[in-house]
Amino acid sequence: MPALADGKEADLKRREGMAKLSGRELYIDDIPSADHLWGATVRSPSPRGRIMSIEFGTGVDWSEFVVVTAEDIPGRNAIFLMEYDQPALADGYVRHVHEAVLLLAHPSRETVRRAAKLVAVHVEAESPVLDFCAAPASDDIQYGPDNVFKRILIEKGDVEAALAAAPIVVEGEYFTGSQEHVYIETQGMRAHVDGDVVVIQGSMQCPYYVLKALEPLLDRDANGIRIIQTATGGGFGGKEEYPSMIAGHTALLALKSGRPVKMIYDRWEDMAVTTKRHPSRVRHRTGVDERGRLLAQDIEIVLDGGAYLTLSPVVLSRAVIHAGGPYACDAVRIDGRAMLTNAVPFGAFRGFGAPQAFFGLERHMDVVAARLDMDPVEFRRINLIRDGQQTATGQTINDGVDRLEVLDTALRLSDWTARRSEIERLNLADPLVKRGLGLAVFHHGAGFTGNGELMLQSVVHVAGTPAGGVEVRTASVEMGQGMTTVFTQLAAGRLGLDADSVTIAQPDTHRVPNSGPSVASRTTMVVGFLVEQACDDLRRRLELADDARGSTVSEAIRAWYADPAAAELVGESTYEQPHHIEWDEETYRGDAYGAYAWAAYVAEVEVDLRTYGTRVTDFVAVQEVGHVLNETLARGQIQGGVAQAISWALLEDIRWQDGAMQNCQLTNYIIPTSDDLPSIRVKFLETPYPHGAQGSKGIGELPMDGPGPAIANALAHALGIPATSIPLTPERLMAELDSVAALEAS
Amino acid sequence: MLAEEPEAVPLAGGTDLLVHWPAHHETRESTYLDLGQIEELRSHRWTEDALILGGTTTYWDLIRDPRTTRDLPLLVDAARQVGAVQIQARGTWAGNIANGSPAADGVPVLMAYDAVVVAQSERDSCEIPLSEFYLGYKEMRLADDQLITRIRVPLAPRANQRFDKVGARRAQAIAKIGLATVEAEDGWRVVAASLAPTVRRCPAVEALLDSGEAEYSLDGFETALATDVSPIDDIRSTAEYRRRVAARLLFFGPGSREA
Amino acid sequence: MIQPVNGLVSGVLPVAGDLPVTGDTITFGWRLNGEETQIEVDPAERLLDTLRYRLGLTGTKEGCAEGECGSCTVLMDGLPVNSCLVLSFQAAGRRIDTVESLDEAALAPFLEGGATQCGACTPGVVITANWLLANRDLLDTHHIRELMAGNLCRCTGYDGIVDSIEAALEADDPAVVGDAS
Repeated sequence: MPALADGKEADLKRREGMAKLSGRELYIDDIPSADHLWGATVRSPSPRGRIMSIEFGTGVDWSEFVVVTAEDIPGRNAIFLMEYDQPALADGYVRHVHEAVLLLAHPSRETVRRAAKLVAVHVEAESPVLDFCAAPASDDIQYGPDNVFKRILIEKGDVEAALAAAPIVVEGEYFTGSQEHVYIETQGMRAHVDGDVVVIQGSMQCPYYVLKALEPLLDRDANGIRIIQTATGGGFGGKEEYPSMIAGHTALLALKSGRPVKMIYDRWEDMAVTTKRHPSRVRHRTGVDERGRLLAQDIEIVLDGGAYLTLSPVVLSRAVIHAGGPYACDAVRIDGRAMLTNAVPFGAFRGFGAPQAFFGLERHMDVVAARLDMDPVEFRRINLIRDGQQTATGQTINDGVDRLEVLDTALRLSDWTARRSEIERLNLADPLVKRGLGLAVFHHGAGFTGNGELMLQSVVHVAGTPAGGVEVRTASVEMGQGMTTVFTQLAAGRLGLDADSVTIAQPDTHRVPNSGPSVASRTTMVVGFLVEQACDDLRRRLELADDARGSTVSEAIRAWYADPAAAELVGESTYEQPHHIEWDEETYRGDAYGAYAWAAYVAEVEVDLRTYGTRVTDFVAVQEVGHVLNETLARGQIQGGVAQAISWALLEDIRWQDGAMQNCQLTNYIIPTSDDLPSIRVKFLETPYPHGAQGSKGIGELPMDGPGPAIANALAHALGIPATSIPLTPERLMAELDSVAALEAS
Repeated sequence: MLAEEPEAVPLAGGTDLLVHWPAHHETRESTYLDLGQIEELRSHRWTEDALILGGTTTYWDLIRDPRTTRDLPLLVDAARQVGAVQIQARGTWAGNIANGSPAADGVPVLMAYDAVVVAQSERDSCEIPLSEFYLGYKEMRLADDQLITRIRVPLAPRANQRFDKVGARRAQAIAKIGLATVEAEDGWRVVAASLAPTVRRCPAVEALLDSGEAEYSLDGFETALATDVSPIDDIRSTAEYRRRVAARLLFFGPGSREA
Repeated sequence: MIQPVNGLVSGVLPVAGDLPVTGDTITFGWRLNGEETQIEVDPAERLLDTLRYRLGLTGTKEGCAEGECGSCTVLMDGLPVNSCLVLSFQAAGRRIDTVESLDEAALAPFLEGGATQCGACTPGVVITANWLLANRDLLDTHHIRELMAGNLCRCTGYDGIVDSIEAALEADDPAVVGDAS
């Protein structure tokens, strides 16, 4: 392996890649385990009401089973995330279909599966709240005084006055549907008791979140609980919150039975009961002058949070902060609220509120441009924020990024002008196939919002090993995004070591410090930066010069351990807020994020008017990301995110009944096959961010923000339809074309 | 064997049976008759006037036989749209017939080609035209002690052959609409899937096409279809979408041929 | 709330609780990863269950239990099939090849081309892709993306997979690339 010194070299190959390709990588259901019981969950059939009785079916010898109810919980009956509102097991009252009521365990997986269906939970049903946009009736209040999980108001200037004075005001209303993560590895955990310690192993993004949830639940401290992340087959935010619930369940069963317990959800259960993307309604009232300059943005965002809080306040936060987009406007009001309903709780999903906000915004920008009879590109060009201008929260953008270059690169790669004319010409000639080209311009703040990183106080350790290498210890998980490889590059690069001399410790709360969750596009930028800092600290502890590298370092490490009495050599770093970030959580003003990545995406679509089916035939994704550490990995993140967002816009349609998903199978919840997507063309631009590892900015979620509105804009170009609500399935497209035809006829 | 245990369910590829197998405990109580080990059921052969499929001939068997593409192209069109390669390698034409799904992919093209089902039992052997095989939803002319051992697909001069499958994506999709249309020497065959309780011929649409009108209208096809089929709302699509898109496929397909 | 019937497990435990136990087992011979062996299975065992829980060959994954995702893909008599849709006794006398039979040389193009991210779909993908590479004449009638459509991936958007296959095709036979996809 070549040493990773300065300068660009060939990408370091994915370090765990061969293990994954050969099938040797061990996910939770692969790990050899003996003597375990299988767990199953008995759930509420009703969206709301009092539990009147629980009936165990006849014909089953229940004495063979371990049974856990709320009464078996040693500590507090809650799965803590931000508050204690969500019970681990419903105790007397249920607030959503599939809410967990009771747990079973048995040595036979078959038997416990069958048995769970034979326990009946009788609920005296109350009328559920299912419309997140309607004001709740007094009987329906289940959180605070008004079912509002969180309200955030951002104000800049005087938006009412600006709207009143604006020559043209354009209104719009936009809806986005929910989305299920469909990580290919379903959720699963294994719990066992090892002396004084409850050990949890499983698929997760945030070992320390699971720890924080299990401490109050089990009435133990961090010494008495050990959380170990096993190879995680996809997360996308779906394994940010829910793992705490399933870990709690397996732990309770393991404690009650004294045996190890495994719970691996099958696909049906996983899709039905775990968190999904928050549905949204976004309203815009936009004031512009005749030349297309933005004068006022009045934006309202409502999110459906489902039955419990989960992380809805933070999803709302990201949504409102991004709602005005990468534009300069002196008068902005963004009013957001996340609402309780009796749906299965919604939670984190890649993008985390920003995709919803950008669908509304970027579709609306095309609508405004059309009202002005203006080219949508020119409209963006006029309003794109320049260095020195301020965002809606009053953050002065000064990162030196040439945002116009981002836009122009996307236009060039998609051959925008020529292709738009060509398409318009083709559409006139072809009655059956209509094509469209659509644009979205957007940005995405990396890391936790505002003071979030400060509050996390992430810590990273880099330990020397007796062989003269280093072990990087963080709580960041590898879930396919490439953490293992990037951290290897960073540590090896910082110390001048071979990649093979760097090991990445398995996230284990008894071995690694809390460097925060693997979310918010922070892993490379924030935690990676701390990895480098910890390497510097290691060097200092060895009393080496700041530029010591390579064999100087490895020999010094070996020398350290030559002394049998030597303590472990551990370099440390703790997050420090860069000085340029100042945020006021009370007024919601200031620097919401340390850095933003900026992007422009172009989608080309083709609609078959016989079937109303849409195909994306070309996709260009251009983004400025600070610095690309590994081209293969970075490109993979963009392509995967674009695919997921295309799918959200066109294919993924959750059928709801009583707030629960009906189409819980891969046969009727549709994600794309390889034959449903074009090759996704990716281009990176770089303006290094000094506070991100090697100048990088986070990119994991960015690609989720652009494709939805780009595709809606392309469909509007192709067909003249409103395209204000996604998913735009063929059935919905047909209805939109009907409404356009009706409008034209009248 | 079926004579002795008529409740035994013959099992060919198994792809329709094993879906969600771990959750369907009741299926364990059944007896299955594995046809996979009976080699003579597998092969297909060409005679002068027909393609004879075996009782366990798979979709992939025909995809890989170039003669099928040449002489009975709709069979390959349909086979390639069944699931994906993994399903095509196991799924059988006879299994698709016997499963009786109204959304079947193989049945419409076989029916459009006037296929004949050969069902054998210990007692006898009968031949039933596929277009007369289904009596109602999951009801068919197949006794408990009978096995489909062959499917005879006659070769004949045919024109304007089309198979349209409308699914939620390009592969691994259950048909929202399936339409096989063929102009045979003695008239049109129009076969619809997912629009009625069974896969079925559409006699009113066939009559419309046979009438050889100079110009068809979309309304005309919608009216004819309304006589022949009764699409419903379900988890995959809506009755209105099915009704209107089926008519469009006919209008823009066989209905748009040069007069 | 009615007090549920409660109790710890006691007495003799069933054997191999990971697998179904429905009745008399079936014993047969097959050729697994090139080796002729005998195996005893429960009639209700899926090939996926036998591989993962009876034989400890956990390379093959379960993603959906309904033949949609393809992460359970193995070769049966040289063709890719969903092992979640095959009852093990149906494999009697047949050749079964799993991801464990692929060597690093066969897998190298996929590492190079970014075909894997989280890895959950990966074993199924490489089985199908390897089969494609071993049967290039398929590209006379099929595109790569159609042949790979039975392997769902949520991480890569498929470019990494398709690029890897194209690179492997080119490495062996430069004349083939360009017609392949």
